[in-house]
Amino acid sequence: MMLASTANDLFWMARYVERAESIARTLSAAGRISAIPQVSGEETNEWSSALAAAAQLNAFMETGREPTEKEVFDYLAFDESNPSSIKSCLTQARHNARSVRPALTTETWEAINTAYLDFRKYEKAGHSLRAHQEFLRWVLDVSLRVSGTAFRNMLRDERYWFSRLGFYIERADNTARIMDVKYHVLLPEHSEVGGSLDYYQWSSILRSVSALTAYHWVYRQALKPWLIADLLILREEMPRSLASCYQNITTFLDEMARAYGKQGPAQRAARTTHSRLRNTRTEDVFQKGLHEFLTEFLADNNKLGAVIAEQYNLA
Amino acid sequence: MGKAAFDEMNGFGGEHRAAYRQLQAWLEDTPVELLEQRRLEAEALFRRFGITFAVYGQKDAEERLIPFDLIPRVLTASEWKILEDGLTQRVQAINALIIDLYGKGEILKAGIVPEELIFANEAFRPEMIGVEVPGGVPVPIAGIDIVRVDAEKFYVLEDNARTPSGVSYMLDNREATHLLFPDLMARSKVRPVERYPDELLAVLESLAPRSASSEPTIAVLTPGSYNSAFYEHSFLADKLGVELVEGRDLFVRDDVVYMRTTQGPKRVDVIYRRVDDDFLDPLAFRPDSMLGVPGLFSSYRAGNVTLANAVGTGIADDKAIYSYMPEIVKFYTGEEPMLHNVPTYRCREEEALKYVLDHLPELVVKEVHGSGGYGMLVGPASTKKQIAEFEKKLKSDPDNFIAQPTLALSTCPAFVDGEIAPRHVDLRPFVLTGSKGTRIVPGGLTRVAMKAGSLVVNSSQGGGTKDTWVVED
Repeated sequence: MMLASTANDLFWMARYVERAESIARTLSAAGRISAIPQVSGEETNEWSSALAAAAQLNAFMETGREPTEKEVFDYLAFDESNPSSIKSCLTQARHNARSVRPALTTETWEAINTAYLDFRKYEKAGHSLRAHQEFLRWVLDVSLRVSGTAFRNMLRDERYWFSRLGFYIERADNTARIMDVKYHVLLPEHSEVGGSLDYYQWSSILRSVSALTAYHWVYRQALKPWLIADLLILREEMPRSLASCYQNITTFLDEMARAYGKQGPAQRAARTTHSRLRNTRTEDVFQKGLHEFLTEFLADNNKLGAVIAEQYNLA
Repeated sequence: MGKAAFDEMNGFGGEHRAAYRQLQAWLEDTPVELLEQRRLEAEALFRRFGITFAVYGQKDAEERLIPFDLIPRVLTASEWKILEDGLTQRVQAINALIIDLYGKGEILKAGIVPEELIFANEAFRPEMIGVEVPGGVPVPIAGIDIVRVDAEKFYVLEDNARTPSGVSYMLDNREATHLLFPDLMARSKVRPVERYPDELLAVLESLAPRSASSEPTIAVLTPGSYNSAFYEHSFLADKLGVELVEGRDLFVRDDVVYMRTTQGPKRVDVIYRRVDDDFLDPLAFRPDSMLGVPGLFSSYRAGNVTLANAVGTGIADDKAIYSYMPEIVKFYTGEEPMLHNVPTYRCREEEALKYVLDHLPELVVKEVHGSGGYGMLVGPASTKKQIAEFEKKLKSDPDNFIAQPTLALSTCPAFVDGEIAPRHVDLRPFVLTGSKGTRIVPGGLTRVAMKAGSLVVNSSQGGGTKDTWVVED
């Protein structure tokens, strides 16, 4: 038994930290690809893609700013008016954490609180490439510390499960979004493989989810767009894949159902999505259309969050 | 400030008081550079733990640290015995007073406390008349502010029977001393305070309503994370191992209080509430309260939930009532009060008012309902203009004020701006009363005025805190 509001805070705390990490990885990948000379000459804007991956393109455009590196970085990292900026995410995570402090271990609380206190330092560091990189590395460190302390020290009960559910739902959302932004360069087998620009786009996708090395371990061949889709959607051994996220989500929901002695709509919804991912082949995904597949997935994933909130009185 | 203050380490000058012998030797052996280093460590520690405090009306300073002074304050076991006995007696009288005021009113009938002082008082809750307090103890948690003026004399400065705060600092300060100066702790025979949460839990359990199960569910009710004392609320819930709830986490059905959990409603039996009476229940008190729980008071009246502290206990904090405390103690306990009040002029009485107006520059004037060091005049430290302003206030609303002589509060060595210097202190021990009697953890919160000569120790006004030791004689 736990307070519903505590469960809600734990769920969102984990989501916000994971979101901060995703944005940091997206910014990092965008910085990388836009620094490659042969790409920057062509008609592409990695910074708009970064905004799209963070689901912030429209909101950014409404501010009337130009999607340059400086503006986008500032908007996604430091802008308080953007509810999904890294700063907003970490502030919100800390607010959630502070509200439920007794439910956290000291280490997890300190990881989040210290991040909040140290943020100012990075805000003032200015807009050099090096300052950006240092900041992004720090965000990844923060996320690692928060997850790591939870993994190592938290009691395996509903507190842990709710925070992991938030974490995996957010992660699945991010992975699907990053792919969806680039779905036009992810083409089925047998289609003509593009030029060097596409190659960098592919590696950028993998970098955004830190899967470049994993790709080579799994496939032992050069980057192929359909294999990238396979890795990030269907491979359970790939921790950021949709399949892996749903394997975890079903596990944690099942643990909760066992502890509470009751299965419900959340368990059923998660299991449905999970088995769909298990029974799908890459060809099926492309046949349906990658974009359509991802759109449907994002809607289901979003809905699962609402179903969990409903079933466990979180709202 | 005229009169020299009693220093708890050096007396009135030059002597070395036995209680401080060991600490003094340690201070002499410890270079100030080390102290400064430890002070910075302590600050980092408090910040990292999030032991912060919000000051009302200061937006940019949303979360501040209360300065922690490194040098512990020392009381001997025999000094503590005096306080312990006196506090127990006083808090028992306060509990009897609250029950009587909302019950038979015997103290009023006996003419000991004037009726109009009670019935016209904002802190008096007519809604409580005739209500049998669930658990039977209206003030399970009291914080009594004590000041010291010489080797023997302790005075009670203020009674806090509403929602005394600061106990988390008592515990955190001790923890900090353990971390910063383990060797010093190891060789000093300091009585532990760590069992406070267990004592508190036992008290709260003992006061569960009759209709509760044998394992009552307890919760700490906080106004929320924006409240200045939120850290303490979350600290207490954590240490007690109970849920920390806000108003929105609770609801009332058929006069029973429930909390909303992931598995549906769960009954709550005892609420350690850190929300003021006014905001507890919009149906019974302020209708605009967003912090409260509609129906809570009705459930309380029905005897289905215990509130700690009870509704309406703030009447005992009133400084005009305070002035009658010696008589109140005598009335309920049949004994002479062991702890003395500071001599107090009730400005509502004509003669007293005249004296006060004639002697403003040497007196401390306080609002009867005031707390936190606000709305107060410290005569000797005030400008002519401030005194003139207060004179006007006094004349237009004398009932609202009491006055006391400016006490030379004792000082203790403090580490400020890189040196050790005496600073004025007070002491707030926390007095717990359950169905099985009164318990006091040996120690309390020592508040210290960080500015030289200042007598204002309130954290809202820049005061700091100290670890407080009770050591074996």
